[in-house]
Amino acid sequence: MAVDDDLLKQYKGRIPEPLLKTFREYADEVGLSKANQKKAIEKIEGRYLNSKIHPGEAIGIVTAESFGEPGTQMTLRTFHFAGVAEANVTLGLPRLIEIFDARKDISTPIMEIYLKKQPKDEKELEKLIALIKEIKFSEVLAEITINIAKMIIEVKLNRKRMKDLEIRDDPLLKALRTTLKTVDILDKDDLLIMKPKVKELTLPGLYAIKERIKEVHVKGIEGIKQVLPVKRNEELILISSGTNLKKVIEIEEVDASKTTSNDIFEIAKVLGIEAARNGIVREVSKVLHDQGLEIDDRHIMFVSDLMTTTGTVKGVTRSGITGEKESVLARASFETPIVHLINASMVGEIDKLNSVVENVLINQPIPLGTGLPGLVTKMKGEKEDEQ
Amino acid sequence: MVDVYVDEKFVGGVDNAKEFVKAVKEERRKNKLPQSINVVYDPDFNEVIINTITGRARRPLIIVDNGVPRLAEEHIKKLQSREINWDWLVREGIIEYLDAAEEEDAYVALNDKYLTKEHTHLEISPVTILGLITSLVPYANFGQSSRLNRGSKTQKQSLGLYASNFLLRIDTDVSLLHYPQKPIVKSFMHDVLNYEKHPSGHNITIAVMSCDGYNMEDAIILNKGSVERGLARSSYYRPYVVEELRYQGGLVDEIGVPDKDVKGYKSEDDYKFLEDDGIVYPEAKLKENDVVIGKTSPPRFLGELEEFSIAANMRRESSLTVKQGEHGTVDFIAVTENEEGNKLIQVRLRDLRIPEIGDKFASRHGQKGVIGRIVPQADMPFTASGITPDLIFSPHSLPSRMTISHLIEIIGGKVGSLAGRHIDGSTFSAESEADLRKTLLEMGFRENGTERMYNGITGEEFSANIFVGNMYYMKLKHMVANKLHARASGRIQLLTRQPIEGRSKGGGLRLGEMEKDCFVAHGASLLLKERFDSDKTVVYVCEGCGMLAVYDTMKGKAYCTKCGANIEVSPVELSYAFKLLLDELKAIGIYPKMQLKSKY
Repeated sequence: MAVDDDLLKQYKGRIPEPLLKTFREYADEVGLSKANQKKAIEKIEGRYLNSKIHPGEAIGIVTAESFGEPGTQMTLRTFHFAGVAEANVTLGLPRLIEIFDARKDISTPIMEIYLKKQPKDEKELEKLIALIKEIKFSEVLAEITINIAKMIIEVKLNRKRMKDLEIRDDPLLKALRTTLKTVDILDKDDLLIMKPKVKELTLPGLYAIKERIKEVHVKGIEGIKQVLPVKRNEELILISSGTNLKKVIEIEEVDASKTTSNDIFEIAKVLGIEAARNGIVREVSKVLHDQGLEIDDRHIMFVSDLMTTTGTVKGVTRSGITGEKESVLARASFETPIVHLINASMVGEIDKLNSVVENVLINQPIPLGTGLPGLVTKMKGEKEDEQ
Repeated sequence: MVDVYVDEKFVGGVDNAKEFVKAVKEERRKNKLPQSINVVYDPDFNEVIINTITGRARRPLIIVDNGVPRLAEEHIKKLQSREINWDWLVREGIIEYLDAAEEEDAYVALNDKYLTKEHTHLEISPVTILGLITSLVPYANFGQSSRLNRGSKTQKQSLGLYASNFLLRIDTDVSLLHYPQKPIVKSFMHDVLNYEKHPSGHNITIAVMSCDGYNMEDAIILNKGSVERGLARSSYYRPYVVEELRYQGGLVDEIGVPDKDVKGYKSEDDYKFLEDDGIVYPEAKLKENDVVIGKTSPPRFLGELEEFSIAANMRRESSLTVKQGEHGTVDFIAVTENEEGNKLIQVRLRDLRIPEIGDKFASRHGQKGVIGRIVPQADMPFTASGITPDLIFSPHSLPSRMTISHLIEIIGGKVGSLAGRHIDGSTFSAESEADLRKTLLEMGFRENGTERMYNGITGEEFSANIFVGNMYYMKLKHMVANKLHARASGRIQLLTRQPIEGRSKGGGLRLGEMEKDCFVAHGASLLLKERFDSDKTVVYVCEGCGMLAVYDTMKGKAYCTKCGANIEVSPVELSYAFKLLLDELKAIGIYPKMQLKSKY
């Protein structure tokens, strides 16, 4: 029996689309009668309304408690994978704090690089890895010395290593020259002689330049320290330590739709704030799942939404979303109270006492649950006034 | 050249560090160098370290050459016939002491079974991996290691005979177990430590079963009959000490029954236990707040005012009373003098502690729990032969903790008490479980230690076989009588007007931040407000300047100290802590202005 379209139209907007769609499919499959369809959809609506959050429900506290309680069970240890299959990854509580604080420099930046096509053989794989992995100048030099007499830096290249890494002289020199614009580079047989163009060159200055020379990016993608091939669900993927999402997804062989980074800020920069929000959800669920903890996804989504709702990723810290609370008292009762109180007093901030913390502080009913509803009534006196 | 350091001081260098270290060790073993030195070569820092200083933890080990321990059979024979002793072995280079640094260089075999050519040392006995107290755990090699730690930790908390001169001692917060027993299942360490001279528990009959839910979450059920027969009774001792202090100006405290004109005189009834010297008589039964030692002190502030004041010579009452919530019988009184020559009175109170719900007990395997219920003997489950257990232990305490030693001790205790002998439960060399089972079977019991049991209330037979046996149980020093605390209203802090903290002062129980969160999460807004009403106050707020106004009770009118009397002042109910915050803000130069608005 066909599904009653009128009925569905009637419920459109009252029940979410996906729910209606599933209902249509199931009703079709089972062949519900029109009367039963009506009954079923009424029940669905009832369930749907029942599972909605009620006004005055303390979702913030419930979310915080939902993270806080399992958090006490989380072990502080970081996992150590034996062998080379996967690098050491910060997990557990430290990682969770890292995500929620929205730290800019995360302790173990990692990318999961998916490939469009599986590489045919090891050679192809190695080629691909060489394309991604960053090679710094220090890796291809045999010797780097400071000649104090001439105030120059002499570099001897490691030809064998260069051959292994397929680095030829010309691109190398080009890379050096473009990065080190203030240094004259002379190619003298086996020796590269570098003479800084600075007028008054001091020895510490020369030493600093030497360190800079070692860090020059020669090949691969900047920031990717290590790349390891890993089999995941029969699919070969690359796991990199260090991230550079933008450059990696530009590589032709890389499947940009699946490739991810665990650096939330990078996701926000490259893929936008919605992706960052999903990134937070994914990273947090991963941490919790690894620890064997079960927290409802909606709690994670709620925090992620709060962290990204302004368009930039903000941590749950005094400089992030907690510091943006409207109430002075609420902010002061979190961290650095005197700073908040003095700053507020200088601009004459008014605390409207609209939220929970302030009302607990002054011992008034909190505007939640039973304390939320007010009484709307007309007093006897008012009526007379109106007349 | 390798640097050599003696006690962290550089003394020189050697060419071949390994040869040098070996030579030093040989010389030490030949007794040409002191036994107390230790030497090690650190390859990471490429230096030789020699330590001679005091305070290093060292342990003895048997020296091994090419896989053969230096301690031979002949030595053991000579040791047994007392021809040689330990010092001889050390002197002769058979046993040497290693410190933590030299241990890094050693390869120690736990047992001669495992000896190889690479080994440099042999453990004197495998039991040395356990400490003194941990060695008291029977069948320790059948338990989980972390439970062993807990087992030894709980043994340290057990009540027993803590000192044989206890009658003459005045110790704070000690207990004495009545009729302690030596354990049936024991280890070699019990003999070494003379444990039977100061035992700390009872051999009791235990059934492993759940019973009406009163032993869930590690609780235990005790047989009331056993308790009445004296199981785990103990005496609790607490001293009350008073010193006759001397003050400036030749004034002294005075121990004695205070005169009625003393400031702060309690009432005649309060001093009824005191004898003429102001000290309670022995065996007086004291309740809380009863005076133990009567004392008066000179007035607190002595100055010029003295001449003008009539009450100048009023002495203060400063008697020592029994602590809140405590009671006891006067057990012992000592009248002495302290180092400064002041009169010192020490009164020891004794309190009989009969096991009650909430008292903590433990076996020797880290299985601790509190009494959940004390069941009359008539209602206790009984075996076919009519035995009622003293204690019912929950089987749920076993799987996750894996304390198999606990189970074996039950069988061991059963065999021991039926056969009338001690069972050796020493780690690694205990009487085997198989032998115990065999003996049990021979004595006409089920070899696995289970028995048919019957419900003590209905008389019905349980469908499951119940594991019953005997084991050593200890009463731990944590007793509810010392911890029970509740209060409705009482003393408050001066600064915040919130209840004070601590049981001894009759303080409140804090509803903390996380508990508050729980109220918020439930949306119990008004209940939360009520709970936090402990410091609520009504303050008068000036609607002009928004700061606190003054209420003049004489005139029945409020006024603002800044804006005067002709301004609207409203009473506001808020927490005193917030009023304090406002005051503190003013103190750091912030003007907290309140804008009032009618709520309704």
